[in-house]
Amino acid sequence: MDNFDIVIIGGGPAGMAAAITAHQEGIENLLIIERDDSLGGILRQCIHNGFGLHKFKEELTGPEYALKYEKKVKELNIPYILNTMVTDISEDKTITATSSERGIFQIKAKSIILAMGCRERAKGALNIAGSRPAGIYSAGTAQKFVNMKGYLPGKDIVILGSGDIGLIMARRMTLEGAKVHAVCEIMPYSGGLARNIQQCLKDFDIPLKLSHTVIEIHGKERVEGVTIAKVDEKRNPIPETKEYIPCDTLLLSVGLIPENELSKGAGIKLSNATSGAVVDQKRQTSVEGIFACGNVLHVHDLVDYVSDEGEIAGKSAAEYVLNSKTRNESLIKIETDGKIRYTVPQYITEKENTKIYFRVDNIYNNKKIILRSNSNIKTFKKQKLLPGEMETITVPLEFLDAESIYIGLEDL
Amino acid sequence: MYDVAIIGAGVVGAMISRTLARYNLKICVIEKSNDVATGATKANSAIVHAGFDAPVGTLKAKLNVKGSKMMEDIARELGVKYKKNGSLVIGFCEEDLNEIKKLYKRGIENGVENLSILGKEEINKLEPNLAENVLYALYAPTGAIICPYELAIAALGNAMDNGVGFIRNFEVKSIKKFDGFFTITNGEKEIKTKYIVNSAGLYADNIAKMVGDNSFEIHPRRGEYILFDKECRGIVKQTIFRTPTKMGKGILLTPTVDENILLGPTSVDISDKENKSTTAEGFFHIISQGRENLPSLPLNKNITSFCGLRAVGDKGDFIINSFENNFINVAGIESPGLSASPAIAEMVKDILIENGLSMTLKENFNPIRKSMSYFADASIEEKNQIIKKDNSFGKIICRCEKITLGEILEAIRTNPKPYDLDGVKRRTRSQMGRCQGGFCSPYIVDILAEELNIPYIEVTKSGKNSVINIKKLKEVNGNG
Repeated sequence: MDNFDIVIIGGGPAGMAAAITAHQEGIENLLIIERDDSLGGILRQCIHNGFGLHKFKEELTGPEYALKYEKKVKELNIPYILNTMVTDISEDKTITATSSERGIFQIKAKSIILAMGCRERAKGALNIAGSRPAGIYSAGTAQKFVNMKGYLPGKDIVILGSGDIGLIMARRMTLEGAKVHAVCEIMPYSGGLARNIQQCLKDFDIPLKLSHTVIEIHGKERVEGVTIAKVDEKRNPIPETKEYIPCDTLLLSVGLIPENELSKGAGIKLSNATSGAVVDQKRQTSVEGIFACGNVLHVHDLVDYVSDEGEIAGKSAAEYVLNSKTRNESLIKIETDGKIRYTVPQYITEKENTKIYFRVDNIYNNKKIILRSNSNIKTFKKQKLLPGEMETITVPLEFLDAESIYIGLEDL
Repeated sequence: MYDVAIIGAGVVGAMISRTLARYNLKICVIEKSNDVATGATKANSAIVHAGFDAPVGTLKAKLNVKGSKMMEDIARELGVKYKKNGSLVIGFCEEDLNEIKKLYKRGIENGVENLSILGKEEINKLEPNLAENVLYALYAPTGAIICPYELAIAALGNAMDNGVGFIRNFEVKSIKKFDGFFTITNGEKEIKTKYIVNSAGLYADNIAKMVGDNSFEIHPRRGEYILFDKECRGIVKQTIFRTPTKMGKGILLTPTVDENILLGPTSVDISDKENKSTTAEGFFHIISQGRENLPSLPLNKNITSFCGLRAVGDKGDFIINSFENNFINVAGIESPGLSASPAIAEMVKDILIENGLSMTLKENFNPIRKSMSYFADASIEEKNQIIKKDNSFGKIICRCEKITLGEILEAIRTNPKPYDLDGVKRRTRSQMGRCQGGFCSPYIVDILAEELNIPYIEVTKSGKNSVINIKKLKEVNGNG
């Protein structure tokens, strides 16, 4: 069995950033395992721009952003294998994978970095009434047909859910000559980025129907239409508001789910709020030596933050391997009020500069974020907080002399 | 000229075709859609019933018990997954217990073996996750599960391997009777046959009327289901039925042979034979009854929902008879039709012989079909042997179910060949996992286009106008 210091599962932006950083920290015996036929992950099909504004201060397309990292991986001679799917990770860090070239094989790692990304929530999970004809796709699948295969999956579109991929695809399908009749969002606010709502919907006069959902799909062979309705505060459809929209396609952009099937197999503790691993500030999971970063840990709205997180995980894994460092068990819990839906990390194990990423559960105007530990209090003023946009705060070192720290929202 | 034309490629038609394939006969199976198993066969409870349900003396009772006893051997020959997981009819009160006692008695009279009535403690041992207030249960260890479309595909495939013809996308428009034979037409082409077996499911009454048989009517009864992620495996092990009431059999909960959990069905009579729509009321009903049986039902793990239409006859029993000698009806095959299907096929064979079709056994009939899941079920060493010979078995296309390119190609090249995405799905389980084809369907469209030698844009979900893409945009460089 081949042995590696670090094995990175997934060659998307998180995995590549982690590998590069680990290499720069002095690890040479490492390996990236990628299931697709090229590095880059989902960025390969994201041909729109807007990537890299934070990281590189320029607007790149997805493939351009990925290429920057891919070049670096190659420049540093970081080993990677493609067309290889990891099918199992055990707690003792044995990895089972499959490829055409090698068949089913096992390798062993001192440390593993999970960077498998996320998947789209499928229609099945929604239990929409009606028929099951052709013409129902998740937004990412439609994106693959248009951008990677060069085919248009439909011409009259209704989109359910206002996640970023759905917004991007509303614009993309419009540019290819399709008509997007409506984007329905069951919540009273969109989960997408404000800039995408402007640039992908408003600029193209595509109606965003908040507090609306699709209640029935019509059509036998191909979608012929959908019935939409407004929903009440409990998200139940209001019958009087029913409206039939003829269309040949229903795109779904109803959420992304970290792909943690492998993590479950390895016995890693997962968070209900993020569907990703519970981690400390090093992005170390509940299994010592296994780290996680990117969308497999929690769904990000900007790839720039994914790269940052990859770097943290790569650095931590290198440190773990080089210093044979075991986990510090004394930990500081991060507690939140309900308005802060989750934080990453969920706890802190060492007194070091720690940036906390978090999301709120609703739209909030004119709030202050309160950070408190023992008698220390710090506040950050915020004009607007949106569920679709991740926030960060940095915890000062002196706040870490505590058993727990608290983050919450209060009125200004 | 065919000796026998079987109209309808559901599980019943497929099983009849395989039974008749043992004889020196010229046989074809005629199907209106693009594949085998696209009607009630693809959307039902996937259960081989023990046989305590149907009233004593009915065809349903007789054929269920007989068919269920035949099923295990047939499944083995055809390489179809089959599991004798046992079933429980659960009761919450004294009234239910009385019903359970009646079922027990009826089961004994029908010839069901090893039935017993369990109390709370024994139920807990078998199914610890059931609701606290489940007090009684009828336990039938001979109850089993099977995948109905896998069985139908395998049975027809095996029949085809033994010489049976499969004519699809042929919607029968009229049948003419001549001296000693029929012509069946779809308006364009004609098929001549000496005997017709009418196993056309929901449309069996329409087909019968074409030869002047107006003796029965079929109407659709909607059954909606919810399917749960494999992660839920083990929450129940046996098939859990409710005690039947005047309101029907109620919602059942069962593992499937592929380790998902299936919850359903509703039971609503409708009029449109093509309306396979699920309903909000249906979901509500399924979920609320499911929760009564199993309070910990993991609702956030449901991966899909679907609706099947039972072909319900107006006679209260299966309608298996002959009309004017050479036209055999196999109609109204609602539950327990799947369980009874091997016995129905035997019965149809006997009727044909009785009605003058002489048949001699083929010497070279091969009853064996390679399992569609042989690769998935192989050990790592065996898999590596296979990959060494054909490395497409090392390339995983469907991430969720871990289905390889090799398995997909093999399915596309095996009788009865799939012509569309749903056909590939039912044969390989690709697109059936938690992402429901989100990742792999664009790749499978590629594979189908290449294998069928058709343009990418012509690949459909389920035949006819169910196209996946509507327009080619431009040449795209790259290997997506």
